[in-house]
Amino acid sequence: MRRPAAIIFLALFALLVLAAAPFIGMERIPFSTLWQHGDDMAARIFWQLRVPRVVMAFLAGAGLAAGGLAFQAVFRNPLAEPFTLGVASGAALGASAYIHLGLPFSLLWISGSSWFAFAGALLAVVLVYGMTRTRQGFSTATMLLAGVAVSFCFSSLILFMQYLSDFTQSFVLLRWVMGGLHTVVGFGEVLTVLPLVGAGTLIVFYLTHELNLVTTGEELAASRGVSVNRTKILLFVAVSLMVGGIVSVCGPIGFVGLIVPHICRLLVGPDHRYLTPAALLNGAILLTLCDTLARTVMAPTELPVGILTSLLGGPFFLWLLLGSSPQVEAV
Amino acid sequence: MIDHPAQETVLEIRDFSFRLGRKEILRDVSFAAARGEYLTIVGPNGAGKTTLLKCIDRLLAGGTGRIDVFGLPLESYRQKDLARRISYVPQADGRVIPFTVRQFVLMGRYPYLSPFSSIDKEGRRAADEALQVTGTAEFADRRLDTLSGGERQKVYIAAALAQGSDILLLDEPTTFLDYRHQAEIRDLLSRVNRQSKVTIVCVTHDLNRAVLDSDRIVALGGGRVLFAGRPDEIMKSDALEALFRTPFVLTSHPEAAMPMIVPGLPPKSQP
Repeated sequence: MRRPAAIIFLALFALLVLAAAPFIGMERIPFSTLWQHGDDMAARIFWQLRVPRVVMAFLAGAGLAAGGLAFQAVFRNPLAEPFTLGVASGAALGASAYIHLGLPFSLLWISGSSWFAFAGALLAVVLVYGMTRTRQGFSTATMLLAGVAVSFCFSSLILFMQYLSDFTQSFVLLRWVMGGLHTVVGFGEVLTVLPLVGAGTLIVFYLTHELNLVTTGEELAASRGVSVNRTKILLFVAVSLMVGGIVSVCGPIGFVGLIVPHICRLLVGPDHRYLTPAALLNGAILLTLCDTLARTVMAPTELPVGILTSLLGGPFFLWLLLGSSPQVEAV
Repeated sequence: MIDHPAQETVLEIRDFSFRLGRKEILRDVSFAAARGEYLTIVGPNGAGKTTLLKCIDRLLAGGTGRIDVFGLPLESYRQKDLARRISYVPQADGRVIPFTVRQFVLMGRYPYLSPFSSIDKEGRRAADEALQVTGTAEFADRRLDTLSGGERQKVYIAAALAQGSDILLLDEPTTFLDYRHQAEIRDLLSRVNRQSKVTIVCVTHDLNRAVLDSDRIVALGGGRVLFAGRPDEIMKSDALEALFRTPFVLTSHPEAAMPMIVPGLPPKSQP
């Protein structure tokens, strides 16, 4: 398929998913809800629960996929993504600390928990990248081990905070750590995540040429005129903004950033000018579909969507690691 | 120590030293290159040739002394401006690069791009020309990692040419290639050097090739400059002993009237 055609197709499909998903669920919503602004139950479910939740899934999926794409280019490894590298745990730790400390504040219309999650995510990136850098070159093993180590440390700190919390707070934390979009009620969360994902996405789009060159190797990129360090710092901030915002609302949702860029490479090839929009759309579609499934498959209760994406992503990760190609050594 | 004082000096290195940790890699290296010159840096493995090349393109930071590019200190350049002056062809490796040849060569136009833009007509023309000159146009739509070593090396050179810089740095461009590809790369480089007035700074440990191809030779041993001068002079100098540290014999090239080096016989076993 020609690359622009593939992206237009993805965009149309994404719009279809965005339009259809709010109508799917336990409660049947008549189409007339769209134009009848009544105060009935169906309208409230539709506008206060379904639509914000679908929009949130859409945003979160897009952001996580873009984050995975950026990481895979910078680490030159298709196994890199915010979840496997501990960045999601970092964000979760930040957000947990915020919940546990109970200091409500917000800055620039963005909630304090998002800022804390951003700081935690950035800390994790710096730690993992630093550890990967101290050894010569980028070995897959070092990178994954650094990610696992950071995840473990941060997860145990989260557990410690849960241990210190009272019973109900502890349950809230636990359910949140599983990853899900059940917390989304009304458009408040969407409005706090939108600027973060938007800013991160803009940075990734700004750097598509650099992403292409960094894929060919840092020295080659530098010799072609790329300011490699500036590029990496900007991308790390972008990914931390997106993942921080998303995790502070949805908890850590794994493997979207792993699966989506891989599918997109098969669809549109290695050029980030096409990969970036494809990953955003594809991520949005995947997470919206997963979340729709998660809230209907076990109705009236729902499955945390993080469990669903991990069930999909875990085997996919193993397949990439064991099954395939020299791709794992370099994207 | 410039042989052609009339010509513009495009690259000047003065008293440059470089350490990696506690290990001294380069010590008081000084030489210069004039516009359009073909300069070869020779030396045994571990002499610091690759390090020197990377320092010239600022791929390795640090070091003491001066490196001037077109009369301006290396540190003063913005990354993109430096890329318009110097391009770099790394030592061939097995790195997986998922792009096609054309995509990869077009990426050489990065120093002329601004964000959110794509490559303009002139950039496409430069890339096409680079593909033609290097003879890589015929497999322009193949993926880089499906190519042979020789083809790949040509593509790397094509991308560096598309970059349109004045100085071309090459790290062992022919070392791992068969005779045919070696010859093709050498032809290509001297053609580019003569026709486009590109200054070539090439690293190799093959002294015989170096004396045939280059205008000037810098010999590096243990991180120091052992010799800098014309190719026929190095064959008469004392630097050879220090450079090789193994028995060798001087002979004469039957066509080029240029001294050549051949390995000495192994010590005969006593009867």
